[in-house]
Formats: sequence, C-alpha cells, structure tokens
Amino acid sequence: MITRAEYCVVACAEAWRDNGEVLAAAMAPVSSFGARLAKRSFAPELLLTDGEAMLVGLDGSVEGWLPYRRHLTMVTGGRRHVMMGASQIDRHGNQNISCIGDWERPARQLLGVRGAPVNTLNNPVSYWVPKHSPRVFVEKVDMISGVGYDHAVGPYHRIPRVVSDLGVFDFETPDRTMRLASLHPGVTVDEVRAATGFELAVPDEVPYTREPTAAELRLIREVIDPKGVRDREVRA
Amino acid sequence: MTDESTGDKTMTPDEAVAGLRSGMTLGIGGWGSRRKPMALVRALLRSEITDLTVISYGGPDVGLLAAAGRIRKLVAAFTTLDSIPLEPHFRAARERGGFELTEIDEAMFMWGLHAAANRLPFMPVRAGLGSDVMRVNPELRTVTSPYPNDAGVREEFVAVPALRMDAAFVHLNRADRLGNGQYLGPDPYFDDLFCEAADTAYISCEQVVETAELTKDAPPQSLLVSRHSVTGVVEAPNGAHFTSCAPDYDRDEPFQKLYATTPWPEFAERFLSGASEHDYQTAVQAWHKEQQQ
Repeated sequence: MITRAEYCVVACAEAWRDNGEVLAAAMAPVSSFGARLAKRSFAPELLLTDGEAMLVGLDGSVEGWLPYRRHLTMVTGGRRHVMMGASQIDRHGNQNISCIGDWERPARQLLGVRGAPVNTLNNPVSYWVPKHSPRVFVEKVDMISGVGYDHAVGPYHRIPRVVSDLGVFDFETPDRTMRLASLHPGVTVDEVRAATGFELAVPDEVPYTREPTAAELRLIREVIDPKGVRDREVRA
Repeated sequence: MTDESTGDKTMTPDEAVAGLRSGMTLGIGGWGSRRKPMALVRALLRSEITDLTVISYGGPDVGLLAAAGRIRKLVAAFTTLDSIPLEPHFRAARERGGFELTEIDEAMFMWGLHAAANRLPFMPVRAGLGSDVMRVNPELRTVTSPYPNDAGVREEFVAVPALRMDAAFVHLNRADRLGNGQYLGPDPYFDDLFCEAADTAYISCEQVVETAELTKDAPPQSLLVSRHSVTGVVEAPNGAHFTSCAPDYDRDEPFQKLYATTPWPEFAERFLSGASEHDYQTAVQAWHKEQQQ
C-alpha cells in the first residue's frame, strides 16, 4: 500500500529531473524528501544543503560553503531550483507568504516576502502545498510575493510545477494558467475542483501521478524518512 | 601598529546605546533568531530611545523593539524565530498597525547594504519587479540597463536604494579592544556589511581577546569586521541569548518558547525590568532553575 505522502514525495522529486548540477532547495519535509529521493535515484548530480550554511552530500559530508550571501548568488546565478511553500497561490502562479488581508493593516501577518521576489525572477521555482484548499488556491493572492506568469519580467522566470496533496499542476496552457497535470491515485477531478478557488484548466484525460518504483519506495521508507514524518505532513 | 592604549574601544552595552538618539536609523545584524546582538537590544530597551527606523533580517530583535513600541519604521524582508516560524510580537504589532513597514526582498536588502557600504546611491537587482513589493513601496525606482543582453533587450531592474544607517549593532564570537571582530560559526550573515553601511557601529561579542589571540586557532578569513568600521566593542558573554551564537551556544529553545507564548508585559517585567544585562542573565538563570525543579 503506497500512501498519499509517498506519491507526493515522488511528485516533488520529479521536479528536479534533468535539472543538471543545480541546488535542489526545499523547505518542508515532503519536498525535502523529494529532493533527496531525486539525488539518490535519477539525479545524482544535484546539490543539497544542510539547511544551514553547507553544501552536503547524501551522507552529510560537507562539499561546499553556502552562507546566505552565497546562497543569494546561487539564486540570481540561476543554478538553483527551489520548491517553496505558499500560503496563497493563484491560477497564474502568483504566490503569497507575506500577509493575509490588506497589506497596510493585515488581518494575519505572516513571514514577509522573504526571497520570493528574487527567486521567481531568477531561478526555477516550484511549489509544495501539503493541504490543498480554496484558502490556498485562491482567485487572487493578497500580496504577490512570488511572481506568477502574468506578472513575470526578465528572461529567467519559470514555474515548473506545483505539487499538492491532491495532484500535480503545471502551467502548460496557451495563456500560462494552472493546469491539472496529474492526480494522485485515489483523488478525483471533482475533489480537486472543489478544493480550488479558481477555474483550473483540466485536460480531457488526466493521468495519475506515477507510482514509486520498488527501489524508490525502499529509499523513502528505509533511508530518507524512516520515522514516517511524511505521513504526518500528508494524511490520506 | 596601533597603540592599544589609545585605540581601546571597549564599553558597556549602556555606553553603546548612549551613542544613539531617538529617530535614528539602526541596522541590526544576525539573521532570524541567529547571532542577534540581543544584549545591545536589551540595553536599548532600558533606554528612552524610540521612534527608530530599524533595518534587520528580522528576528526577536524586531519582536522585542516592536512590542516595546520603539519602532517607527521597519525595513525587512521577513521576521522569524526560525524554529517558531512566525514572530508573535512582530505579527501583533503589524496587525495593530504598530509601525510603518518597508517590505523588501532578501536580495534587495543585501544589495541595499552593499550600496551603502560602497557609498553608492543604489544597486540594480533582478528582484521585486512584478511583485507587490513595488506596489507597497511606491518610492522604489527602476533603471534600464545601458547594455543590451544577448537577445538585444535592455533589461529593466529595480534600483535598490542604499540602506545607509546612523548606527549598526552586531554580535560576534570574539573581538579585540580595537574593534576587530571575528565569527567562528558557519555563516557571517551580513554583519560586516551592516558595520560598513553605518556611520557608527557597535559590536558585542562573547569574549574580548588580545589581537594576536584572534588568529592563533582560527583562520584569518574568520576576521569578519575590521576596526575601521567599528565605534565600540562590548564584551557580552551570552549576549546573543536567546538566539544562537554558534559554536559558543545553540538557541535557547525553551526560553524562546517562553518569550513567544508569554504576554509581553509579564515577560518584560520579569526579564527586562532590571538595571543591567547582568540582571537579565540572572533572571534567565533563575527561570531555568525553576524549570528543572
């Protein structure tokens, strides 16, 4: 029995396929497990951080120094593909982590824009949303932190994919709006539509997110996340 | 070689704060809840200084000053306690309209520091454009590249204004009496830039040592801050508490949790109403002792 969280790890890992020698940056457990799964299986050339100031190999051995100031160079140099979170995201891929409500006097102050503006104009940015709901997938974000396709400028903007606990989404439509790319097994199109606060592009045939291979499943369960943190982030 | 007897910049936290005035622009080093110059921030809280413009990669320094009503304007990309993602006092202050915010991106912030340190009025960055940073900071300007890119396009950039400061506070592992400061942890953050971007800079440190001692067991590239950019040196052991100061100590997680969950007046009364940094450290020790019983 493959859990929903395990499909999510695989779907996150796929974001870094064929990226080359770039930093796979992720913040949340499942997206981080995805980065490690990618590096352990089909993308060994990826770089990882220890979450602090070091570039590390899979065994934790240090292979480079990456303090914040150099991390920002990796962002603007484009040698990074980050999977960020989103408190809100809209159909164009605009993302908000700053505040909910009116910026002048927010109903809920969140983190602030952090590096979302610089990330989105300079290196590929994907998103991981562990709880897909109309509160996250909104018609219009309250504060554009990460820039979507309708606001993008410059030559490097790209949002390869959005992964949620329900499915995988991309922007492969003529007008670059969010499209359902695959459903995690056990999820229906109606469920996704009901949990999305805007009109989602849905192709006639929606594939399912691919199964993890036996080797990948063993890596996830025995090596990458033996304590089962993934199943606490995504319950289904 | 400078004669150390004439170049001695050591002072107390309160003497450092005496160099500040209400209405000033103050830069605070460190990052989130890491290596924050908390002893200096606490000295600031003991003073009457208010109406500050604070420039910070925000952590509890911002939370404390916001809760105490000392900030008129905050320049920041985020405010976080790291292990507690959202800073409760910063949030509360924002939600009650407690101060003005200039919200900029992390990279814009860094280049603003570089601009100030290099006496440039701005630096161009590919960041901010298209985001609501431009909407909420309508004073931000853009520049067009004088050079076309490979596609023949003259790209437009945000011109991040220099983040020049009246004063900067940073906390380091060690310093000498002249103001040469050393970090021994993995990340310099942007502390050298804060010092160079400010008219006056006060560095607190875990330990003041002789100059020759600095490089006895550590490489020269750990000498992050040079004395020409430092006004005062404050020896403040445990002075980053409750934030981390690797490798000297980790974040005091139980105490940070207490800070984040205790009503501000109660926290301030118990830990910040004393007359000195020593009183604070004593109150913290007493609290930890209570927890063990």
